[in-house]
Amino acid sequence: MADIQGILDDNALMTRIMEYLMLVRKFEERILDLYEQGKLYGTTHLGVGEEATGVGTCFALKPQDCVLSSHRGHGQTLAKGADIKAMMAEILGKEAGANRGRGGSMHIAAPASNVYGMGGIIGASCPIACGMALSFKMRGEQDRVAAVFFGDGATSEGAVHEAFNLAAVWQLPVLFVCTNNGYGMSTPLRKAVNDMDLTKRAIPFGIRSYEVDGNDVLSVYATVSEAREYVVTRQRPAFIVEHTYRTSGHSKSDVNRYRTQEEIAEWLDKNPVARFSKIMLANGFSSDELEAIDARQSSLIDEAVAYAETCPDPVATPEGLGMEAYAE
Amino acid sequence: MTAIDREDKFMREITYAEALRETLTAEMRRDETVFLLGEDIGVYNGAFGVTKDMISEFGSARVRETPIAETAYIGAAVGAALMGMRPVAELMFSDFMSVCWDQIMNQAAKAHFMHGGAVQVPLVIRASSGGGTGAAAEHSQSLENLCCHIPGLKVVTPSTPYDAKGLLLSAIRDNNPVIFLEQKKLYQTTGIVPEESYAIPLGLADVKREGSDVSLITYGRMVQMCAMTAEKLRQNGISCEIVDVRSLVPLDIQTIIASVKKTRRCVIVHEASLFSGYGAEIAARIADSEAFYFLDAPIKRVGGSHSPIPFSAALEPAAFPTPARIEAAIRETL
Repeated sequence: MADIQGILDDNALMTRIMEYLMLVRKFEERILDLYEQGKLYGTTHLGVGEEATGVGTCFALKPQDCVLSSHRGHGQTLAKGADIKAMMAEILGKEAGANRGRGGSMHIAAPASNVYGMGGIIGASCPIACGMALSFKMRGEQDRVAAVFFGDGATSEGAVHEAFNLAAVWQLPVLFVCTNNGYGMSTPLRKAVNDMDLTKRAIPFGIRSYEVDGNDVLSVYATVSEAREYVVTRQRPAFIVEHTYRTSGHSKSDVNRYRTQEEIAEWLDKNPVARFSKIMLANGFSSDELEAIDARQSSLIDEAVAYAETCPDPVATPEGLGMEAYAE
Repeated sequence: MTAIDREDKFMREITYAEALRETLTAEMRRDETVFLLGEDIGVYNGAFGVTKDMISEFGSARVRETPIAETAYIGAAVGAALMGMRPVAELMFSDFMSVCWDQIMNQAAKAHFMHGGAVQVPLVIRASSGGGTGAAAEHSQSLENLCCHIPGLKVVTPSTPYDAKGLLLSAIRDNNPVIFLEQKKLYQTTGIVPEESYAIPLGLADVKREGSDVSLITYGRMVQMCAMTAEKLRQNGISCEIVDVRSLVPLDIQTIIASVKKTRRCVIVHEASLFSGYGAEIAARIADSEAFYFLDAPIKRVGGSHSPIPFSAALEPAAFPTPARIEAAIRETL
């Protein structure tokens, strides 16, 4: 495993990780607030509790790497460098949004940061990631990977298995990142698969797999760094299973009938933001410094919401929408 | 360009399959981002021989043989297209679209729109279409209308070697996913085709035969059937005009309307199931246009049976329009 001590000694990196964990957490919490205030239209999938997977993974990637985020991908998208104002404006359905209000929460894209949100159909991004990696390979772009996020539920999708096979047989630089939060919407993993050890899914394809505590951001960062190194040097895919938990509901309609309050409370105690705060404090950061980060991130969210709320709504005609369906 | 002009300038005849191969080869020589992927398109030459010997010139990286995993390789084609490549994927039979339909209808078709125009998917999916070969229910369908109903897809189906060559070039250079339906009964038909590359723009219908009494609006293999019917009726003093739609999306409705206004009668012919078929769209568009006031008879449609395609040679013809059925429909308008 890559050197965690090296990360602990890098104050700037530690600060940036803390900033992003807090930013992602606050982003999701604010969206929930906006819903409760009746300011948000449609649906969204929040990832409260899963912050370390998106942040730890995307921080270990390079700017040129492509990310296909999942339907629960706000954190992944933010951590890869997408503009928070454009994201908030998108979620509020505005013309200034990342996708000009055409995509919404589930499809946020930020091509300038190499994020291609494609989350609406579970597992469908995995073959697409293979094609991205194929283009890197064909063009001789050796230090570039396609990282695709999907949940434990997606591991039962045929598209994922087909993509594993294609990436393996064509030796494509794909990082398959499974955020195992234990549930496919309401269905627990044990009801969905016969063998809960998801790393075994990679074995028949000859794909190397990694497993990590997905609530420990430093372990995620170190594991993904190592896996990425393997993928670019060996020009082969890798599979990473990041174990985590979503303390928020699946979507706004979720009333948590499939799990107990005790289970949620147990995971709230293990949540990655609090865990990393403790590590920060144990490594020379002061509580004042953490509070300052907290305040800065809150301001970023406030600014993004204020900006998004003042942005004009998009305008469309049926004919105009029809034209937009096609590129020139 | 009329058929006569073509004959004067270019006398070379090649098959529909060869015409397709000429464009694939020329575009791959011209543009490094163009590459092929599909099942058995390498040393096997493709199930219908379209990619014959191309692997010798371009190698296995650009003539990429895939596992039997349509979702994986059509999805990979989408991903490569998002990254600026111009993949041309082959589906051996258009019936296999069902296997990878999510990648076609949700991923390829929607990426440009749902990302607010920030990305493009310059992808061609070539697929053999249609019946008449005894290949039965899962290798004979005409599924163009499934694709036409999905915004974001373009849908093209050439009826001649000349059109095949020029339309494929435009499809490859288009910045959208194009479903390019090749008529399997036409692969070995021949026609006059120039040696050099040329583009036939998508969205232009072609009057394949001029006439004055009735407009036959058709595409694909049925252009041939209509031509046989028209030739027979000519001997009975009935003059048929044949409009080959060629590009189903985008649709050139103006050429169709102009033809119907001229002949005042219209018969729409396609091989696909008549029920909820593409002909219904054309009929509705004519009825909704100024051509309506010119009509001397109701618009007639001739299409395939609303059934799976049967296997037996004794049964199969009943599933498709025949010259006799087309003639009967024409006579009802006269």
